[in-house]
Amino acid sequence: MQIPPVADYLIVAAALFVVGVVGFLVRRNPITMLMAIELMWNAGNLAFAAFARSFGDMSGQVFVFIVITVAAAEAAIALAIVVMVFRRRRDADVDDISVMRG
Amino acid sequence: MSFLFWLCAVIAILTGIGVVASRHPVHSVVGLIVNFSALAVLFLTLSGEFLAMIQIIIYAGAILVLFLFVIAILTAGNRAVESAPSRLEFQAVPSIVAGLAALTLLAAGIRETRPAAAITSPPPEGFGLVATFGRSLLTTNLFAFEVTGFVLLVAVIGVIVMAGRPAVRS
Repeated sequence: MQIPPVADYLIVAAALFVVGVVGFLVRRNPITMLMAIELMWNAGNLAFAAFARSFGDMSGQVFVFIVITVAAAEAAIALAIVVMVFRRRRDADVDDISVMRG
Repeated sequence: MSFLFWLCAVIAILTGIGVVASRHPVHSVVGLIVNFSALAVLFLTLSGEFLAMIQIIIYAGAILVLFLFVIAILTAGNRAVESAPSRLEFQAVPSIVAGLAALTLLAAGIRETRPAAAITSPPPEGFGLVATFGRSLLTTNLFAFEVTGFVLLVAVIGVIVMAGRPAVRS
């Protein structure tokens, strides 16, 4: 069974990563910015999985699993910070939150 | 297989653009769910059966529900974020230009190194299955596994400390 070359997967991963980077830079809603970060995690995951299949080594897939775990931890902490900021200020435009103090 | 790959790749990239472009965060979450499903299919084309499952269950199931909960709690009754004009009004165009430049560089690098032609060799025995995955996770990559467990512990404690405080409005 023939699957596309690794380069194709890497191009898709690069495109997804760049979409995430641009989204993170352009948007001002912290929740949307977090979702842009999730896009970047997933671009990395796709590259990991493509190389794992290319080299026939399971370690790449295991690292996708670990990246998903770390992404979950990051989302939980970041959303807790967003909840705190919303509680104090009622809105959370990141351009207005230039200092991390109450 | 190639058609499936490009179909899912295009869906993933378009929904990714939708995630960062939509005004309402709930629409972004829906786009992200479709994006993760397309990525799960891409993992399946790479013989990552277990990865495709955890992509759907953990990512689309658990993490995005966390996002939905936070959106539901925070946006009810509050005015929409980004309704005020941006104080950095010229940030969009340079960001997009920089993103396209980065994509060009990445694509050039990928073309330059030419990693492998089409993958024709069958994967090793048991590649991508849960048993092989678990053996690799708990033997070869045991240290990374334990560090990840510690990261999760720190995250749990941090979230309890931060979100458990009484609300103070200024």
